[in-house]
Amino acid sequence: MTLLSIDWFFLIEKLLLISVVLVLSLVVAMYATWGERKVAAWIQDRLGPNRAGPAGLLQPLADGGKLFFKEEIIPTNSNRFLFILGPSIAMVVACMTSAVIPWGDTLTIAGREISLQVADVNIGILYIFAVVSMGVYGIMLGGWASNNKYSLLASVRAASQIISYELPMGLALIALLMLTGTLSLKEIVEQQRHGLWNICYQPLGFFIFLVCAFAECNRAPFDLPEAENELNGGYHLEYSSMKLGFFLFAEYINMFISSALMATMYFGGYAFPWMDKLGLSPNMVTILGFVALFIKTLLFIFFFMWVRWTVPRFRYDQLMRLGWRVLIPLALVNMLGTGAVELFKHH
Amino acid sequence: MQALTNRAKQVDRRPMTFAEKLYIPAIAKGMGITFKHIFQRKATVSYPDQKREFSPVFRGLHILNRDEEGRERCTACGLCAVACPAEAITMEAAERKPGEEHLYREEKYAARYEINMLRCIFCGFCEEACPKDAIYLSETFAPANYQRKGFIYGKDDLLIPDPKAQNK
Repeated sequence: MTLLSIDWFFLIEKLLLISVVLVLSLVVAMYATWGERKVAAWIQDRLGPNRAGPAGLLQPLADGGKLFFKEEIIPTNSNRFLFILGPSIAMVVACMTSAVIPWGDTLTIAGREISLQVADVNIGILYIFAVVSMGVYGIMLGGWASNNKYSLLASVRAASQIISYELPMGLALIALLMLTGTLSLKEIVEQQRHGLWNICYQPLGFFIFLVCAFAECNRAPFDLPEAENELNGGYHLEYSSMKLGFFLFAEYINMFISSALMATMYFGGYAFPWMDKLGLSPNMVTILGFVALFIKTLLFIFFFMWVRWTVPRFRYDQLMRLGWRVLIPLALVNMLGTGAVELFKHH
Repeated sequence: MQALTNRAKQVDRRPMTFAEKLYIPAIAKGMGITFKHIFQRKATVSYPDQKREFSPVFRGLHILNRDEEGRERCTACGLCAVACPAEAITMEAAERKPGEEHLYREEKYAARYEINMLRCIFCGFCEEACPKDAIYLSETFAPANYQRKGFIYGKDDLLIPDPKAQNK
């Protein structure tokens, strides 16, 4: 159906996909808060939330409802516009990243091929980098607009931390790009589907990417911008009600997206072993592939939580030393090594 | 200086080796420990549904006892108040009037008997001091309260129900 030279089915299909992906990431983020508390409890020999609903499954709803009904406080001396803009940016940016992740192969419904990816842009990885580094503006603006020294300190910390860790992250990715020769996430997954997963070729690169992902998400052991005990909660110190909720929520969405990214780039994305040899219908394989990606993502989210409740927070100088003096040289070595091997292979 | 126990250990102050400086083995070890704890027996109980048993010698809230005919045993002699190291017990004595023989066992009784549960240290000395077997420490503890005055337990809080009145 083409009207006014627009393929309306395409539009509807993409809108549906966008809503599904958005709802999915919100629900996963919501239940990640429950999961976080459960994992923390188990690791500390406790039971965790178990009052609201079976196994405490309604706890995220109760938490969200509480945040909505809390009093909304905007400090008198804050910049009102920026104060509201901060959490909004954090939330929007966190949701935007999911656009280029291939959630599955194509589904064929009524003769139409529907790709389970919102946008297969050929610069997918660059897009992710651009969007992720915008996330720091949310924290920066929020911290600055609060007009509070602790918030400002935290946002300065966040900014320098994210800039420092974006470098090794980028370098680790360059090595991956030299290997795959493409910036499109879909193609990266397709290559892994027919060959070995990238983790086999890039173990060091993956490790660097993993550490940087922790830092980019402001997760423990790199949660210096939040630093409950030194900065009183950091950049969201002055925030209350759902604006605080947005900041906290954005962190969990970021965690979900970076888990999905790691699964996509290094662990085969929606590819799973023998997926082309099972003799299933293509639609079935696509659905199973989505499930595989989802399981991989959940495992990474669990890993994020597991690390948070094991490793203590870095001191600020240790954080900077790790970023600049360990990870960047390591990433450079990894990049040069990969480049040399690729060059050798092609001659 | 001689060590008090044989478990004292010299602190290792050698500079870290390369493997130690990497921190990765140490982090992996720590993660192993936390992973093991996921499956271990939980140290907590779901309190209101599930209660931990007290030890058989637990000393909890006091009760004022009655005899088999349902008469109050306490004669307001004040020995418990004297024995109390925390000075938590106060009382006022009164004389039994004719016709009150079914209420009080002896000629003298406690018209007012108060224990401040915030002062009480639950040592059980009052129980030991009592010559009339009138006061005992039970196996419950004081519930939370919003006000301090809620913790001053009077006779109506402490006295056990009349066994005869219950039978009727």
